[in-house]
Amino acid sequence: MSMLHRLFNFHGGVKPAYNKEASTQQPIAVSPAPTFLVIPLHQSIGGTPRPLVQAGDKVLKGQRIGEADGNVSSAVHASTSGTVTAVEMRLMPHTSGLPALCVVIEPDGRDEWITRTPFDYRNATPTQTRDYLRDAGVVGLGGAVFPSHLKLNPGKSGKLDTLVINGAECEPFITCDDVLMRERAEATVKGIAIMREMLAAGRVLVGIEDNKPEAIAAMEKAVAGEKDMAVIVVPTRYPAGGAKQLIRVLTGIEVPHGKRSTDYGVQCFNVGTAYAIYEAIALGQPLVSRIVTVAGNVEKARNYEVLFGTPMADLIALCDAKPDTDRLIMGGPMMGVRMPADSVPVVKATNCVLVGSPILFPPPPPEMPCIRCGECAKACPADLQPFELYWFSRAKIFGKAQEYNLFDCIECGCCAYVCPSHIPLVDYYRFAKSEIWAREKEKEAADEARVRYEFRLFREEREKEEKAARLAAKTAAGREKAAAALASVDQPTTTPEEDAKKALIAAALERAKAQKADAAPQNTEQLTSEQQAEIAAIEARRAEIREMAKPHLPPDN
Amino acid sequence: MISAILVMALGAIVLGAALGYAAVKFRVEGDPLVEKIDAILPQTQCGQCGFPGCKPYAEAIAKGEAEINQCPPGGEEGIRKLADLLGREVKELSAEHGIEKPKAVAFIDEQICIGCTLCIQACPVDAIIGAAKQMHTIVADQCTGCELCLPPCPVNCISMEPLPESVETWKWKYPVFAIKPATKEVA
Amino acid sequence: MTSYLFVILGAVLVNNVVFVRILGLCPFMGVSKKLETAIGMGAATTFVLTMACGASYVIDSWLLIPNQLEYLRTLSFIVTIAAIVQLTELVIQKTSPVLHQVLGIYLPLITTNCAVLGVPLLNVGLRHNLVESLLFGFGSAAGFTLALVLFAGIRERLEGADIPMHFRGTAIAMITAGIMSLAFMGFAGLDKYK
Repeated sequence: MSMLHRLFNFHGGVKPAYNKEASTQQPIAVSPAPTFLVIPLHQSIGGTPRPLVQAGDKVLKGQRIGEADGNVSSAVHASTSGTVTAVEMRLMPHTSGLPALCVVIEPDGRDEWITRTPFDYRNATPTQTRDYLRDAGVVGLGGAVFPSHLKLNPGKSGKLDTLVINGAECEPFITCDDVLMRERAEATVKGIAIMREMLAAGRVLVGIEDNKPEAIAAMEKAVAGEKDMAVIVVPTRYPAGGAKQLIRVLTGIEVPHGKRSTDYGVQCFNVGTAYAIYEAIALGQPLVSRIVTVAGNVEKARNYEVLFGTPMADLIALCDAKPDTDRLIMGGPMMGVRMPADSVPVVKATNCVLVGSPILFPPPPPEMPCIRCGECAKACPADLQPFELYWFSRAKIFGKAQEYNLFDCIECGCCAYVCPSHIPLVDYYRFAKSEIWAREKEKEAADEARVRYEFRLFREEREKEEKAARLAAKTAAGREKAAAALASVDQPTTTPEEDAKKALIAAALERAKAQKADAAPQNTEQLTSEQQAEIAAIEARRAEIREMAKPHLPPDN
Repeated sequence: MISAILVMALGAIVLGAALGYAAVKFRVEGDPLVEKIDAILPQTQCGQCGFPGCKPYAEAIAKGEAEINQCPPGGEEGIRKLADLLGREVKELSAEHGIEKPKAVAFIDEQICIGCTLCIQACPVDAIIGAAKQMHTIVADQCTGCELCLPPCPVNCISMEPLPESVETWKWKYPVFAIKPATKEVA
Repeated sequence: MTSYLFVILGAVLVNNVVFVRILGLCPFMGVSKKLETAIGMGAATTFVLTMACGASYVIDSWLLIPNQLEYLRTLSFIVTIAAIVQLTELVIQKTSPVLHQVLGIYLPLITTNCAVLGVPLLNVGLRHNLVESLLFGFGSAAGFTLALVLFAGIRERLEGADIPMHFRGTAIAMITAGIMSLAFMGFAGLDKYK
């Protein structure tokens, strides 16, 4: 299908060496279940799922172990059948090296699925389908792990012009989408068709970089029967696989600052996500595994279908890491983040485990001062001014950094790649972004505290008023009563005020008398002789104690 | 001489009338600046600044009766923001009002708590739940870490627990490169 | 018409109040830390200075000169300026409280800003007519604003710069002002093309 499609260009970008050949020589292999699966509950953008299991529970493959917390969240499932041995804090595949809540499962080796029933999305409301996908744990598998059900919403207009499917896979070393398209093109296209129906999208454009001829051939064959669905070959240039960049290349639409692509009738999904949607809807299988590229400093680079929760150490053991390995990177060399240890598990965001060594990734030369040469601005695919962002991020003037649209930065690393002064620019942006987020959170907390404090003041004031009102009502009632009593007696010699006062005193005396009567011991009559004897004994003891205490008491005046 | 006096007097009358009119016409009611200052303050209502809450402190700053460096929970960042808003010099946090501490939340040791409700009355943001002779507990999400509940507690069962860093609250560090120690030449 | 243009251009660039006449340095150093406040101060000064120039011209040529009271110039100009500043302050306090707070002490100080007194006095000395006086006042103030805004822009950037310890703060600001002044001296060459 050689349809002529006009391609557009995005600004900037770089062309690093592909390094993709090594891991595409062999087909996808299935990584065996490890001795222990450590499944983090928080694997997507949004709320942390609530655990549904506890230690000792038996789980089946695909059983939900974490329930989505609100709509902006995604469920988590057991990747294989076995026994939950713990729900505890474990090291996360996150640069911070901090632990988070994980479900640890000891596989029983049977790999027994739950009952899988395909979801009849055609006879379900869009909301039901989206809820189903949320509970199936489908998230964007391109690396951002944004819950897919939130993106599968055509919005107010109810339809979309273009559905862009991202098979560009622009980052060096990573080939998981490439092999997926080569081997599972049919299923992926079925997934795309489901998404297109949900979004009521007019046309579908599958963008693939021109360095993946096998994947292009396979996908073209698979889309041949579909209407208005085309594979578009895009020039290889990093980061052509960025959502905004790919949309720009395929449709010419440049999504401006502060807008979403859906505002322009376009939505973008990764091919891996399309395949996951196919599995979830057509096969009834929740997301429990993904294809992960293992590449870099290994003898046998390859793609594996890996169960979530498999420790990275088990995975790289299959590939024979070379002895000088000193680090693991999740993701590629441009955007990847270094792992705190090799025991961290593979999660939904893990598209690649890049094994590094000092020779493969030599330590960066020392950072030199910025000379404002502007190379970074030429390379920036988001049309930002990285040198300005750097200037203000470095000086911690975050307001200015935001004015220069820091948050439009996609952290692709092009600027740092071309920087002649070897400044780790992205590190500065990440630092500035997390500081700004932290400040926003603090601000929100302060605003909430202000509301609560003001309510407390209001409440205290209200309580005071209510108390005063109650007191006033009581006094008024007392006066009225007293006045009525006096009126019946009728003593004209005194003024009404004096009457009221007198009446009040009288009423108070009455009350005191009544109280005294109440307080007086009432069960003193009709006592048995034993009881009387007991009372006498007690009284005697009291008198004795009084006598004893006398010398210690101050003298009476 | 007479003309000089006349000229100056005329000038004074005209200008005085103009100013008098303007003073009536452009009278300012209230002080919108207080709101802006209050928005910067951390709303812990802790009183460490010497005022009975964040709003009174904001009012004092707006009137020029208080310095901008009296708020320990706001810290250096807060002082910087206030200085920015008011065009004043950034100052060090005044030591007599306290020191900047990492954010912490109060924690009630439920074994010791006797249910006296004194801390509930002290909490400015109603972040303590409990009733008389019932065990009390802190709603950690709403606790501002003001420490106002510490002094009234008769059994000292409240302690401040620093918030541990989690994957959600973790921040990228400022890019600093460790200087490697020089390797000693072995003779 | 060209003479009016020359009055403005001369006041803004060639004889810039701050950089060439070295007047009004107090607010120039004091209110130039932030671009926003610099613009506010510039706007306030522009209003005051234009009004002051016009008013002082009127007072001078209608009251003082006919009565041979030129010796009262300084006194009467100061009184006029003070009144105009008061008026401006009231208006700003009403319309923009933050700007009022930010300008702080510098707003009443416009009264004693030597540029604001200097320009009307210069203006009288130059024997301008009323239109020229207004243009001269406006041009000088625009020059002041230009200097202030440029300087504030530079200082905002300087905040993020890696300045050697002992040059931080006012020191680097003074150096910057000096370099800018040198640059403005370059406009003196415009004279030749008159």
